[in-house]
Amino acid sequence: MPDYSWPPPENRNLIGKRISRVDSPVKVSGRAKYTYDYNPSGMLYGKILRSPHAKAKIVTIDTSSAEKMPGVKAVQIAQKVGSTVQWAGDEVVGVAAVDEVTAEDAIRAIKVTYQPLPHLVSDAEPPAGAAETPGPLSVDDLEDMLDNQVRPREMAEQIQQYGITFKADDKTLEGLKSDGATDDVLAALRTAPVHENAESKPKSNYSKAAAQTQGEPDKAFSDAEIISEGIYGAPVITHCCLESHGATPEWTDDDHLMVHISTQNVSGIAGQMADPIGIPAANIRVHQDHIGGGFGSKFGPDRWTIVAAQLSKKAGGKPVRVMLERNSELEVAGCRPSAYARVKVAAKKDGTITGWQSQSWGTGGPGGGGMPPIPYVFNIPNQRKEHTAIHNNIGPARAWRAPNHPQAAVITMGALEDTAAKLNMDPVDFFLKNIELTTKDRQNVYREELAIASDLMDWKNKWKPRGQNISGHIARGLGLSVHTWGGRGHASDCDLTLHPDGSVDIKMGTQDIGTGTRTTILIVAADTLGIPMDAINLFIGDTLYPPSGGSGGSTTPGGVSSSTRRAAVDARDALFEKVAPALNAQPADLESVNGTVRVKSDHSRSLSWKQACTKLGAMPLTVRGKNPDKSKPPDLTNSGVGGVGMAEVEVDTETGVVKVKKMVAVQDCGLIIDLKMAESSCYGAMVMGISYALFEEKVMDQTTGRMLNPNMEFYRLAGLNDIPDLVVHMMTGKGYDERGVIGLGEPPVISPGAAISNAVANATGVRVPFLPLTPDRVLAALGQKAGA
Amino acid sequence: MRAFEYTSPTTRDQAIGLLAPAWGQAEVLAGGTDLLALMKDDVVQPKRLVNIKEISDLHGIAVNAQGLRIGALTTLGDLADNVNVVKNYPALAEAVNEAASPQIRNMATLGGNLCQRPRCWYFRNGFGLLPKNESGKDLVAEGDNRYHAILGNDGPAKFISPSTIVPALIAYGATIRLVGPNGRRELPLEKFFVDPRTENDREHDLRSNEIVTDVVIPHAGTLKAAHYEIRQKEAFDWPLAVAAVGLKMNGSAVQSARVILGSVAPIPWRSPEAEQVLAGKTVSEAVAKSAADAALQNAKPLSHNAYKVQLARVAVRRAILKAAGGSA
Repeated sequence: MPDYSWPPPENRNLIGKRISRVDSPVKVSGRAKYTYDYNPSGMLYGKILRSPHAKAKIVTIDTSSAEKMPGVKAVQIAQKVGSTVQWAGDEVVGVAAVDEVTAEDAIRAIKVTYQPLPHLVSDAEPPAGAAETPGPLSVDDLEDMLDNQVRPREMAEQIQQYGITFKADDKTLEGLKSDGATDDVLAALRTAPVHENAESKPKSNYSKAAAQTQGEPDKAFSDAEIISEGIYGAPVITHCCLESHGATPEWTDDDHLMVHISTQNVSGIAGQMADPIGIPAANIRVHQDHIGGGFGSKFGPDRWTIVAAQLSKKAGGKPVRVMLERNSELEVAGCRPSAYARVKVAAKKDGTITGWQSQSWGTGGPGGGGMPPIPYVFNIPNQRKEHTAIHNNIGPARAWRAPNHPQAAVITMGALEDTAAKLNMDPVDFFLKNIELTTKDRQNVYREELAIASDLMDWKNKWKPRGQNISGHIARGLGLSVHTWGGRGHASDCDLTLHPDGSVDIKMGTQDIGTGTRTTILIVAADTLGIPMDAINLFIGDTLYPPSGGSGGSTTPGGVSSSTRRAAVDARDALFEKVAPALNAQPADLESVNGTVRVKSDHSRSLSWKQACTKLGAMPLTVRGKNPDKSKPPDLTNSGVGGVGMAEVEVDTETGVVKVKKMVAVQDCGLIIDLKMAESSCYGAMVMGISYALFEEKVMDQTTGRMLNPNMEFYRLAGLNDIPDLVVHMMTGKGYDERGVIGLGEPPVISPGAAISNAVANATGVRVPFLPLTPDRVLAALGQKAGA
Repeated sequence: MRAFEYTSPTTRDQAIGLLAPAWGQAEVLAGGTDLLALMKDDVVQPKRLVNIKEISDLHGIAVNAQGLRIGALTTLGDLADNVNVVKNYPALAEAVNEAASPQIRNMATLGGNLCQRPRCWYFRNGFGLLPKNESGKDLVAEGDNRYHAILGNDGPAKFISPSTIVPALIAYGATIRLVGPNGRRELPLEKFFVDPRTENDREHDLRSNEIVTDVVIPHAGTLKAAHYEIRQKEAFDWPLAVAAVGLKMNGSAVQSARVILGSVAPIPWRSPEAEQVLAGKTVSEAVAKSAADAALQNAKPLSHNAYKVQLARVAVRRAILKAAGGSA
């Protein structure tokens, strides 16, 4: 059996070193091609007429004037008369025209009448007792959920929990499937309890999404030596991808569609387009070279891509580009659910946490959303939790980097730091005191990381009890948070070909979403084959190549490194088989190092890589590596990491303006493929963390139901001058490397918001309940303290 | 963006001739940093653009008998780098350097900065300058007004005057020159800004067929001036409150003062109350504080912007102290 294990430290020539990413030169020189750059001759410009109402029934659509306009090549209705639009900016009609101006004129020429319906765009705390348990679900309810892009897993859970009002026969299921129900949803329907005579009750905007108890919370609170109470939360934010969502589909013949699309999921797009377009997935080719940001919001084709493909069909197959305008990008293409909670923590005087109670709420748009994983990281023995989901008209929720974890961290770490303050304890000591409430496997990770982070922050010297580091109008403070994530590698196939002339290529239907996937693949392959990275030609981003999973949930590094490692080991060993006779050795006696294939015990018996490859004969050799692959142990990837974030802030107590002065990230992610890229991931996450901690918020107008800041001047992101000293330490070596490769996209973005919020509380002596920590909120909190 | 006619005159008269006697027909194009965004967002729909950048005598910065004459087409970048401005009008240089981003400062002109439209998010989202819904409900008063006016908001306009450099220009006593079909006009810069009463009004005293030609700032002499702004982000952000102060000194005491607040009212807000407090006094923490309190004594916050009263007060106090502490 070949040895697929990761090489021991002494045999790693590239793995774990600091290597610059291979796509930097094309990116910084502007040569990298993004989906937006695909601009074939004859391309048509697609524009979408969007609903001005947050909730409305479409009464009439008249596209006749638009169709008659010169230059207009196709008109496609996205939502037909009678449909109910559930958020402002939702797609109603698409147009393709010879240029942008004509397309926009055509959009304005389309007459749509709406019957506006009452909308809800707020996610304020629901009135007491408002949350309803939804009754069994009807076919209409399910179709609404599909229209509203409720996530399949959420739908399946609700179907199982509440049952259905109809018989799930083949015909009904087929109908729902054609409306977009996934296999998971259909499977849930087949086994759902049926309540055929249940009355369909009017749907409330508030549903009870969770009610959980563990241990004896009542006893824990009645026995508590101290109880800390507070309110914490994080708002809806949008993904704000710098390259907006969109695609340019074109029909290469009557039955074949080619789609250039900005996506995190190259191999998964065709399957999602097949049904709505009405051709087999195998007839759809998907391509992407580079992407300008996704953050969890670009896994599907979205309705605008379907409309663009339909427009292309009507226009004789010509490419139709639909890329979202900045305002649409912010209004409809990104929505991280909000989460807020009233929390009570029970503890002993020595700092032992004994109880947690939370009433939480939040929205993920029409689907409502679920409870974040609170209490986060610390499994407090006695708990009572209730969560109310708000179903509103702000747009459909999308996964945002580490879904639900940053919100859980803000709520939990805020409540715990308030408890520590009430106990007059340094929060580092308080966290260490309770470290045994974290998963057993990770307790030592957290202990080691907290020690390193404290050193890097100079915590012991700088930390002062709350509100005791104020000079003049500047208050200084430190804050802390810990986090966790899974990050196991996804399914990935890798084809690696050795050519008789010594050249090498790799084909994989993955994508590099800016996280360094290209570089990861090349490092693993080059290290395994013993040749330089630039001797390998890498092809990714196309459905012509073997499928590899979507880039979400930090699953890509583990997936692509595992499949590449297995492919490279098999290719290398196959080459050794061919070369061994020429070197008068057994294949197992050979190694490939620095472009030379040689006998391990006698380096003078060697061939250059190029000479060695001539032994392949006339034909190239292709092998496929897979992940997972139980037949080729060991498991090369793993799951479950720990990380620590710390922040130092200055708060102007007269203006409420918060400046982050320093941030520290200490992170574990198993075996690191490229230390420089791993650190970069953490730097980027801290920058994103500063943005969502201080600035980001999807501001909705209650009267019109519209987003008020769908632009980049009032949807604020941190600029260069807002970025302080950032310090990263990656955990490596014994206890970490041998776990295998684990993804890193999510973990480091989880703690910054909580750490900054805690630092502001430490500085000012008062908790600012909700992110973003804007001057009005900081001043309001300070004012309450002064008034108290 | 809708199709439009592009014209590029080379003289003032040609430009005036190409402009229209009523708003809505033609717009002046200079740096384009505001106008193009408004057109892309379909907030304004001019049928004709009159590019004035080819008119040579609208460029340039020169010292003359009256003071410093700055051509309307001077970019903010050139203004901030001008040796005379840096040396004699440091508060203006600071204000200009804090505006927008380097890229925008390299395109945006002084004239455009004075004529830019409000950043009110209802206006920018197409609900009008004095936003109302179909039933006549005042969208700002009843909506999210966290960035709106706290002073001068009794009328229908509740947006804030957007220029962050106008308060400093007024502190130095700047005047603005305009030219139109009836010839030239010159007025104190503070009189150029008006509080619109109807949706068809604009927030400037600029007629639809006039152009801004220059701004003249009197010799600063020993005037002590300062600019102070409070904003969330260090990089590229609109301030929440701005204050500029000009102190004419008589020995160690203030002889007369100009105190102008920005980002708090539909117009740049000059505060005679604060100026009165300062007149005849030696500036101290306490004097600055009472002047700041006086400046905001008539503030009437809307439902979501009471915090701005505090911010404006701090901005005024810090600007006064900064001006007094600065070298003459």
